[in-house]
Amino acid sequence: MNIWESVRIAVRALNANRVRSLLTMLGVIIGVAAVILLVAIGTGVQDEVTGTIEGLGSNLIFVFAGNMEDGGGGSGFSINRPLTSAEVDLLADRLSDEHRVVPVVQGPVTLRSGNRTMRSTVAGSNEYAEEVFTADYIGGRHYRRSEVIAGSRVAILGSRVRDNLFPFQDPIGREIDINGLRFTVIGHLAAQGGSLTGDQDNQIFMPLSAAQRVLGTTDLSSIIVRAAEADRIDSVQAQIERILRPSLGEEFSVMTQEQTLGMLSTLLGTLTVMLAGIAGISLLVGGVGIMNIMLVSVSERTREIGIRKAVGAKTYDILIQFVIEAVMLSVLGGLIGVLIGWGGALALQAVVPTQVTAWAVGLAFFFSAGVGVFFGVYPAWRASKLEPIAALRYE
Amino acid sequence: MSVPQDRPASAFAKDLTGSKIARPVLTVTGVTKTYFLDEVVVHALRGVDLDVNAGEMLAIMGPSGSGKSTLMHVIGLLDLPTSGTVKVEGEEVSDMEPNKLAAVRNKRIGFVFQAFNLLPRTTALANVELPLIYAGVSSADRARLAKEALEQVGLDDRIHHLPNQLSGGQQQRVAIARALVTKPSIVLADEPTGNLDSRSGVEIMAILQQLNSEGITVVLVTHDHAVASHGQRIIHLGDGSIVRQETVLEPIDAKANLEAMLAAAAVSEAAAEAR
Ligand SMILES: Nc1ncnc2c1ncn2[C@@H]1O[C@H](COP(=O)(O)OP(=O)(O)O)[C@@H](O)[C@H]1O
Ligand SMILES: [Mg+2]
Repeated sequence: MNIWESVRIAVRALNANRVRSLLTMLGVIIGVAAVILLVAIGTGVQDEVTGTIEGLGSNLIFVFAGNMEDGGGGSGFSINRPLTSAEVDLLADRLSDEHRVVPVVQGPVTLRSGNRTMRSTVAGSNEYAEEVFTADYIGGRHYRRSEVIAGSRVAILGSRVRDNLFPFQDPIGREIDINGLRFTVIGHLAAQGGSLTGDQDNQIFMPLSAAQRVLGTTDLSSIIVRAAEADRIDSVQAQIERILRPSLGEEFSVMTQEQTLGMLSTLLGTLTVMLAGIAGISLLVGGVGIMNIMLVSVSERTREIGIRKAVGAKTYDILIQFVIEAVMLSVLGGLIGVLIGWGGALALQAVVPTQVTAWAVGLAFFFSAGVGVFFGVYPAWRASKLEPIAALRYE
Repeated sequence: MSVPQDRPASAFAKDLTGSKIARPVLTVTGVTKTYFLDEVVVHALRGVDLDVNAGEMLAIMGPSGSGKSTLMHVIGLLDLPTSGTVKVEGEEVSDMEPNKLAAVRNKRIGFVFQAFNLLPRTTALANVELPLIYAGVSSADRARLAKEALEQVGLDDRIHHLPNQLSGGQQQRVAIARALVTKPSIVLADEPTGNLDSRSGVEIMAILQQLNSEGITVVLVTHDHAVASHGQRIIHLGDGSIVRQETVLEPIDAKANLEAMLAAAAVSEAAAEAR
């Protein structure tokens, strides 16, 4: 009997047991799609956040609200006293003029231009932001000191924002809707690359008070101080702590760029591990589903094997049929799962950053397909060794 | 119709093979089958010797649990005996490897089960094609041969029906078509009429007698003496051994019976119409 004959038998058998075939495939599909999607979210968020920090200039010191040292570990930290412009003024006043003090407010926004909508991150700051958010201008200019003071509704687009909202067009002077407020585009940036996702390219920059209005807050996300020289970072860090302690007590943290990246990586790593854990559970649930359906149908399939053997099927004929059946179901289910997981990750990008990773696709596919093939073939292999009458009598 | 003979079966068999020059198509020698359950040992067969001659129609009778099905499974190569040997057309099959046995089942033996054992959700045609697939017949030939076999059992108008769309008698006819589609030399039928109404039973017996008249050896199991009397010889099993056998001098002609039944039905229908 040649292989095409075996394929034909397998297809007929799958077709004769359509419900079982579909349920098995569903198990594979759910497992694969869930893993790909969840890992994509974890990786996407991590890439976006670290990408944002990495995309900044050098010699930076970050000031955050809340005390990260004594709050760290189990309980996390709570912010009793947010940073405001008062601290910015204090630092600008007391630090030597060669260092730049840059307030930052950051948050998620929805952008709209015509019928195009996208999700992005807004960063509001002052006229020194250029020195912190290093990027090359393709066209236009940075916002001016006067615009910062007035809180003008002007915006600079990251490359991805421009490409999505104004593909192959010059965005300068165009209007854009940010969380329902109208802004005028005054500049746009070159792609920075570097990070895999280029998520630092999915940002939009504007004067601080405009950003605060868009986000509906008067607080700051952080204050960034750019030290004039690299070997003065440590002394500037100590100076900042001394300046802010009288008014903020212990309710703030000062970290260098390196320390910040390290901390964020740890935090986001935990997120990814959590999502991977959930994904693992989905995979297991999908696997148990596949196993369950396969095992429930063992008695029926064993009788089928008995019938086939009674009319002359050899052990090889039975095995090859079941291997082909299981492989076809699992591979087809796996491919559909990859399509759904990948498509879902792309669709979700409007809400949450996602990044599909090869290892998640591979792991999910091979695990689910492996479970499908094993539980499809193993009982059949055992049944194929029974005497025909024993297989026919199986209950 | 039949003459019971109370001589021991083995003596009779020797006598028979000696007097005619019968060629055994199946030879069973000293076959035992013992099932070892948890604590109980069941002796289903306790040493059976039997020759089935080419072209004969043999019935095996006996009370429930006497070992009829077990014997059929052993001679149909569906199960291995605990001891003893089975020869098919003179060839020793007892110690053949499983794949060779599968080939013998496929080409030389057709088995009809009491419970039909058709593949569910699979058309009559595909069920009948099944043995041909494993015989390596090309798909065009398969369809043709399977249609012919279904025609032979009078089901040419039901070839695309699924088993659950067929009556018991029709399912049994599909099973018979499957048994004869590879043109085997032996057809074994285990209580083929056991699950059927009397009319369907007569139809099945007519088909088996027709096959036998075409030269195929038929062995059938039944606990109904009237059914057994369609054969030329009856073997009586009791508690795992052959207790006696009888020769049927004038086997029942199922086809004639069927025609009589049809005529009677027509008469009563006509009578009903006249009233
Ligand atoms: N698979 C089995 N396991 C244990 N005992 C069995 C098995 N098959 C048959 N038997 C026993 O063997 C005896 C003969 O059974 P069987 O050949 O089916 O009888 P019959 O067909 O004449 O009614 C019975 O006592 C039955 O209980
Ligand atoms: Mg029986």
